[in-house]
Amino acid sequence: MGHSKVLYALDEQGHYAATPCSGWEAEEIVLDQAIAEFERRAADAWQRARQGRGSALEYHMYHRRMDLVLLAQSTGFCKWRVRRHLRPGAFPKLSDRCRQRYAEALGLTPMQLDTLPEQP
Amino acid sequence: MNAAPAPLDIGIPFDHRQSAHCESGVIASLLRHQNVAISEPMAFGIAAGLGFAYLPFVKFGGLPLFAYRMPPGSIIRGLTRRLGIEMHFETFRQPAAGMQALDQYLSRGRAVGIQTSAFWLSYFPPDMRFHFNAHNLVVYGKRGDHYLISDPVIDIRVECDADSLRKARFTRGVLAPRGLLYYPRYIPSKLDLPRAIRKAILYTTGMMLYVPVPILGVRGIRLVSRKIRNLNPREEHRNKLLLGHMVRMQEEIGTGGAGFRFLYASFLQEAAGVLGKPGLAVIADELTAVGDAWRRFALHAAKMCKGRMPMDYGLLADELLHCAQRERGIYKQLRAEIK
Repeated sequence: MGHSKVLYALDEQGHYAATPCSGWEAEEIVLDQAIAEFERRAADAWQRARQGRGSALEYHMYHRRMDLVLLAQSTGFCKWRVRRHLRPGAFPKLSDRCRQRYAEALGLTPMQLDTLPEQP
Repeated sequence: MNAAPAPLDIGIPFDHRQSAHCESGVIASLLRHQNVAISEPMAFGIAAGLGFAYLPFVKFGGLPLFAYRMPPGSIIRGLTRRLGIEMHFETFRQPAAGMQALDQYLSRGRAVGIQTSAFWLSYFPPDMRFHFNAHNLVVYGKRGDHYLISDPVIDIRVECDADSLRKARFTRGVLAPRGLLYYPRYIPSKLDLPRAIRKAILYTTGMMLYVPVPILGVRGIRLVSRKIRNLNPREEHRNKLLLGHMVRMQEEIGTGGAGFRFLYASFLQEAAGVLGKPGLAVIADELTAVGDAWRRFALHAAKMCKGRMPMDYGLLADELLHCAQRERGIYKQLRAEIK
């Protein structure tokens, strides 16, 4: 990314100084791993939604780097309700108000929430 | 959606300096803005920000929480309490009210710190956008629909559109910011640094050594070591996620390296000068060495996750145990040194 951050490191005289640094091996690996895990879940959910075994909501949830617990917390719904809404049967029957809450929490328009993109 | 407030065009002169950690960076720069000369490590040290906690019951994406520092909010509160500084804190029920209050402070020429989620900040690089609700930054102006922001973990000044900032300030869930906004209200004319440093070191070392809970402090590190040793080799995918998660908490989430150990060593070095105790600088060097050991652990764990090294839970557990033992010695020495 070329994004730099600050590391506290010793200079030649052995004094600590805030030093810009652009990441190192360990950090890159674990960051890639975390992002890959979200992408894997989103891709799985996309696949399921395509085949009618999952909902677009589930895809959007992982796409926004959330999970069931986080989505429940950020909408204010309880977990079992969110779990139900994630099922392909329940999702299209959601009321506009529920839909609005999901859309708000995920930063999408209600229209976007209903649709699955062409690519995961 | 909300009635648009009158457009503002304000840029309060504010010294932007990139720091390692968001909270210590924000409070240090807010104090510098009021002519209090304080460095980020000094702010972190006096706040007694260093710590260790393993919280298996707090889950992030199904993984337990590893914290290398005290909980969010405690840096600002700890620092200002020990220095006798009074802070003004304000939270809001209604997002609109929160945004309006922010605009009012800006139009009165006051730069304020706010708590936000990291995910919704539009200027964050996509790699860094995770749902973490206790990010801190300073707003120092507004131009049209964009807020001018000094974000301590970003190298340059940035801007964020009002809609994203509103969303970031009013996310819900664990550690929800509820629009939290703050600034120093009263700063004593004379700050007693030596006394604050002493108290903070006693607090941190006491917390690391003597809190009678197995998930905190040095005992917490040892517990994690045992947990890693006993991981079931058949659940490798999950174990890799767990190790990767731990390394991210240590290295990735604005810690200044080695889970705040380098930041604290820097504080000890500075404290040696303030208190006139060269012994503290020697201990700082030892803590640096432990920081290197933490980083070795991180590198090995990451390589094992990636398959660049054979998975060896025993080795990682030993490395953690080594860190725990050495930190224990260091905290005891520290207590002896400042008594």
